[in-house]
Amino acid sequence: MISFQNVAKRYPGGHEALRELSINIDAGEFVFLTGPSGAGKSTLLKLIALIERATRGSVIVNGLNTARVTRRKIPAYRRNIGVVFQDHKLLYDRPVFDNVALPLVIAGMGRRETQRRVRAALDQVGLLGREGHAPVTLSTGEQQRVGIARAVAARPPLVIADEPTGNLDPALSVDIMQLFERFNEVGVTLLIATHDLELVNRLGHRQIKLAAGRLVDDGTTVSA
Amino acid sequence: MGFFAEHARQLVAALGRLAQHPGSTLLTIGVIGIALSLPAGLRVVVNNGRVLAGSWEHAQDFTVYLNMEVSMDAAGILAQQIRGLDDVADVTFISRDDALEDFKRYSGFGDVMRALDSNPLPHALVVRPRTDLEPNAIAELAKVLERREETDLVQLDTAWVDRFRAMLDISRRAVDLATALLALAVIVVIGNTIRLEINNRRREIEVTKLVGGSNAFIRRPFLYLGLWYGFGGGLLAWILINIGLQALSGPVAQLTGLYTSTFRLAGLPWLESIALLGGGGLLGWLGAGLATSRHLAAIEPQ
Repeated sequence: MISFQNVAKRYPGGHEALRELSINIDAGEFVFLTGPSGAGKSTLLKLIALIERATRGSVIVNGLNTARVTRRKIPAYRRNIGVVFQDHKLLYDRPVFDNVALPLVIAGMGRRETQRRVRAALDQVGLLGREGHAPVTLSTGEQQRVGIARAVAARPPLVIADEPTGNLDPALSVDIMQLFERFNEVGVTLLIATHDLELVNRLGHRQIKLAAGRLVDDGTTVSA
Repeated sequence: MGFFAEHARQLVAALGRLAQHPGSTLLTIGVIGIALSLPAGLRVVVNNGRVLAGSWEHAQDFTVYLNMEVSMDAAGILAQQIRGLDDVADVTFISRDDALEDFKRYSGFGDVMRALDSNPLPHALVVRPRTDLEPNAIAELAKVLERREETDLVQLDTAWVDRFRAMLDISRRAVDLATALLALAVIVVIGNTIRLEINNRRREIEVTKLVGGSNAFIRRPFLYLGLWYGFGGGLLAWILINIGLQALSGPVAQLTGLYTSTFRLAGLPWLESIALLGGGGLLGWLGAGLATSRHLAAIEPQ
């Protein structure tokens, strides 16, 4: 599903966020991306979402070399990837329904089908019945679940998340991770960047460890 | 169906967005409306001038003043002769006695005239050329009549009509120029308003791009916003012009009444009204198009 080959990313100004990184993630995997701040976790996710482009090496997502995705084709490319952010990135001037429906409206889906899918997505995150609420009236954990519902509403095969539990207390974090596990069970590939090592170790999924832009452990070789 | 339904929805949504900030919306529409009402209003004025000039077809009349020695009978015969000419539509004979009566009544010099012991005015013939006659032919006809020995003086009154028409032509050009400049101003005003709106909604644009919104998709609500601004401005201009015409119609009727003319101030014909509203909308669309193509691409998610 995701393949990095000798990828380097150097930002203007000279900061090398990733160096000679090679990883492979198969379809249907549930992978944690860990490492200290500045290890390059966010950069790696940005390369997948084409928010940034690799300086060297190739990034292949869903069989597509991202270097060949032109600016014009980026929107269509992004529709196949669900993205969850630490700060949710919700539109606060619109109700929950509109937030979750956004990717479906963009995809040009009909009204009836949109309503059906928004309800289904909200049902999966446990927020059915809150369609008309304003995001600010929800708790932080609920807002993050709205963000997740938006990421999965269009049923993308790949969902990436950048510190999705960064602002949540431990109990809520577990809730969110279990939510991700349920999506993984129905075949969605998940790549989640987090620094919550305790939670990662408890859930026991594959873990890709980065430090200073380099791969420390890609989680495929069994470690004690 | 889905496509049009979506566009209709966004059109209404853009209107709803404007209604959320009635103060700034009205201010913007006010500026656009005033900018549009200037050229449209001037156009109405010039159009009325053309109608007025058209009603002066009979201003091609000229007056032949006869020598003082020509008798009443001879003048009558002469009038008959001129009436028989090919280029002449009609001749009105004004005897020197009638002329004196008119002069006493309208000039305000009645008492002075009464002090005179004889009538100083000559007989006169008002010659109306055929309406299809060219200005040159009219001048030719006037010359022919001037050469007759009964004639003292021929007074041709068309020069000022020609001048008026020439001025009208210049005004029309000037209005065209003003229209182009103010249309440009409207595009700039709407473009700037849309640019501010884009800045206000930067976050939303970023998020929409992140979940796969194309530039066309993100652009659409701004284009509709521009369309509404322009259309609203056109509507306001139309209202302003009609208020102006209402305010002017009374005094104009009074003025034309003094000239015993039946001239009536013409409003905006429905075709031009539609052009004003549609043109306003089009300018808004253009302004928004320029602003979005310049500023949307610069907003990328970080």
